Amino acid sequence: MELKRVVVTGLGAITPLGNSIDELWKNLVEGVSGAAPITRFDATDFKTKFACEVKDYNSNDYFDRKEARKLDMFAQFALIAAEQAVQDSGIDHEDIDTDQVGVIWGAGIGGIQTFSDEIKGFAKNDFKPRFNPFFIPKMISDIAAGHISMKYGFRGPNFNTVSACASSTNAIGDAFNLIRLGKTKVFVTGGSEAAICEAGIGGFNSMQALSTRNDDPESASRPFDKGRDGFVMGEGGVSLILEEYEHAKARGAKIYCEVIGAGMTADAHHLTAPHPEGLGAKNVMISALSDYDTKPEEVDYINVHGTSTPRGDIAETLAIKEVFGEHAYNLNISSTKSMTGHLLGAAGAIESVACILAIRDGVVPPTINHFEDDPEIDQKLNMTYHKAQKRKVKVALSNTFGFGGHNASVIFKAI
Amino acid sequence: MSDIASRVKAIIVDKLGVDETEVTTEASFTNDLGADSLDTVELIMEFEKEFNIAIPDDQAENIGTVGDAVSYIEENAK
Repeated sequence: MELKRVVVTGLGAITPLGNSIDELWKNLVEGVSGAAPITRFDATDFKTKFACEVKDYNSNDYFDRKEARKLDMFAQFALIAAEQAVQDSGIDHEDIDTDQVGVIWGAGIGGIQTFSDEIKGFAKNDFKPRFNPFFIPKMISDIAAGHISMKYGFRGPNFNTVSACASSTNAIGDAFNLIRLGKTKVFVTGGSEAAICEAGIGGFNSMQALSTRNDDPESASRPFDKGRDGFVMGEGGVSLILEEYEHAKARGAKIYCEVIGAGMTADAHHLTAPHPEGLGAKNVMISALSDYDTKPEEVDYINVHGTSTPRGDIAETLAIKEVFGEHAYNLNISSTKSMTGHLLGAAGAIESVACILAIRDGVVPPTINHFEDDPEIDQKLNMTYHKAQKRKVKVALSNTFGFGGHNASVIFKAI
Repeated sequence: MSDIASRVKAIIVDKLGVDETEVTTEASFTNDLGADSLDTVELIMEFEKEFNIAIPDDQAENIGTVGDAVSYIEENAK
């Protein structure tokens, strides 16, 4: 069976760096930080008091009140991002066979705010079981994919992938593979997360996963810096339209680039710590490269997982050196989490957008917030510190790794 | 309008996002006010909370209009 080619034909985003793709990309290239004190709840008693929030978000700007009430913010972000991507691609046209359009979304947690609110209500009411009928359909992480299908009548495959911070890369990978196999022509894919709430910040704080640099939020996300002390929580929704190449060509769609690989592996090592030598990370890049027999030397840019945690950043650089050998020093590497914070389930989607637009515009967004070299990180690697770098990017790879030891990588190529 | 009727109306306007003028005595939650089955369950729960009453499921099934809700509450509210 001949495998189909897969291309990207639409993008959409609501993020800490802007509520459109253009705004996000402009800020990524300019090296802007999205971090600021938390406004969503009173964080006075929390170890971490800042995050990368979507700015000035008001659900009434996007949904009527009745609709908004039934949507957790993670699903709101999903619908907003998907609408932009659908419009960008033009797949909401009457000529499109909606049975051939699927939705694979990535949300690692789902409606954590909704869950907390309901449990708080339960406790407050002397544990009398009075739960809102929308509790479950607001909270479950698959509901974003469901809402997108209902909005447009897309009746192709429909589900959510859950692999923590690798979720949306797994979603993109699944969409890529189903199109390759000829099962479906088009997918709305991507991811969203909205966990900047008491349970989200408090929970990640207890794991000592978050930066506590409360006196300087904008410089807190500092991947590969010696002083890094954890990730900065982000939120938002980012969507990509993946489409079978001939289908896109036949309808004269705008094509951003081709998807040429998706790898998925596990560390099988620890709940939250990465494999110390980056074994799973190494394997996942090799797996993604193998889909199209892409040679490591063909890769120009890696958007790393690089969350700014002490151990994760080291393991990932070791894995890159293993996979790419001497070519590792020719790569541009950057962690856009230094600017966006960590969008958890949406990380893979926002970082895929960084790869895709790096290919389109020939510019690699930077890793901001570099102050002091870490002797455990090879300084000969080009981490694109401080400022974006011009580079003709033909092939770009995005890595994401999730708690639980889930690894997923995806590769994009200029067309 | 009775106090109960105006409180019922306020809940319906809030939960269903409809205009006050649409919430007539005869208006059906599902046919006229756009409620689905989950919306209706939520409305009943809100009435229970607001008026501190328990509406058993077999009674709730008979509450299909604004007027049904008002009369049920008028008869059963403490």
